[in-house]
Amino acid sequence: MALSPTDLAFVANLVRRESSIVLGPDKEYLIEARLLPVARETGAANVADLVARFQRSPDARVRQRVVEALTTNETSFFRDREPFRALTETVLPELIAARGSVRRLKVWSAACSSGQEPYSLAIELQRALPPGWTYDILGTDISTQMLDRARKGEFSQVEVNRGLPVQMLLEHFEREGAFWRIRAALRRSVTFQQLNLAAPLPSLGSFDVVFLRNVLIYFDVETKRSVLRSVAKLLRPDGWLFLGGAETTIGVDDNYVRVSAGRTSAYRLRSGVPLAAAGKGR
Amino acid sequence: MRAILIDDSRAIRMILRRIMGQIGFEVLEAEDGQQALDILAGMDGAPELALIDWNMPNMNGLEFVSAARADKSLRDMTLVMVTTESEQSQVARALAAGAHEYVIKPFTSDALIDKLALLGLVPSGANV
Repeated sequence: MALSPTDLAFVANLVRRESSIVLGPDKEYLIEARLLPVARETGAANVADLVARFQRSPDARVRQRVVEALTTNETSFFRDREPFRALTETVLPELIAARGSVRRLKVWSAACSSGQEPYSLAIELQRALPPGWTYDILGTDISTQMLDRARKGEFSQVEVNRGLPVQMLLEHFEREGAFWRIRAALRRSVTFQQLNLAAPLPSLGSFDVVFLRNVLIYFDVETKRSVLRSVAKLLRPDGWLFLGGAETTIGVDDNYVRVSAGRTSAYRLRSGVPLAAAGKGR
Repeated sequence: MRAILIDDSRAIRMILRRIMGQIGFEVLEAEDGQQALDILAGMDGAPELALIDWNMPNMNGLEFVSAARADKSLRDMTLVMVTTESEQSQVARALAAGAHEYVIKPFTSDALIDKLALLGLVPSGANV
């Protein structure tokens, strides 16, 4: 159930009072997406119910969760850093050795929001791949509004402050008015497509690496299982899946094994991983 | 660890002092580049970090960065510009002068801490 304009204004006011962060009317999607896990956690039926319950009896813990969900967890370039380090230090060297004949990699950033993740992946691949290699990055999201932003590749000062080393800012962005825009060459290396992960997936080809981070938390177990099964069909036998820090395939889909990847963990298809490597993840 | 906060705005120094205090830094303050150099000259060992505004009287942030880079006793100090100057050419100038990172005002505490984590000055994922 969608939030009414009154509910949206209520949430925006709460967040502004508590954090000074202003959520404009264009943040409707963000508010609903971020509050869904909070609604689930607190036993509310949906986000509208969460807001109604809170209005009836304001609970300090719920207030804190709502504010945190809308302020501290924004997507950013190189979010969480470790998966990107694992990509360049562990995953890419292995894939480069394995794909010497095709010299091409395909990466999927699922639930890519406003595009920081696929562009971060593009920056890393451009840096790490040997000359003569090419790559395709697909960014998908359920929100066409987010995808429009991602395609434009325009980011605010606040967004480029987050997680992006200044050298990369200079190298890969250019100032356009109040925004910083991803340079055309990098923009062209990422394609975007609207996709609902919870629905049957179209044919997208097969991927060497899939970033599916901080999205399973929004789904119930059945949907998680169904998404992981669909992803398994699109992952190459020796491919790598990265989930968010609070997510796992364990107990949900045993097609995957958790493996160490640098200082973090990733998931690989049980059918494609040598037995010795299976179960090494932390 | 210690940081010197160089900004002519008392309000900004106060915000920075609070953030840095929360992640365990001891803090020194200066109102401009020259005052910072004077303070640093009287110290036994430089702080690990300087957070530097650009536009200040007497000696601006860019001049301070150049002076700090030329001073052997300050060579281990990490230099981070924290400024409203946001033109690409200015960011490039600051890096060319020797700044290690660049935070554009207005910034959130998370953004500043993220940058410090990139520089290895706070554990990744630290938060206030």
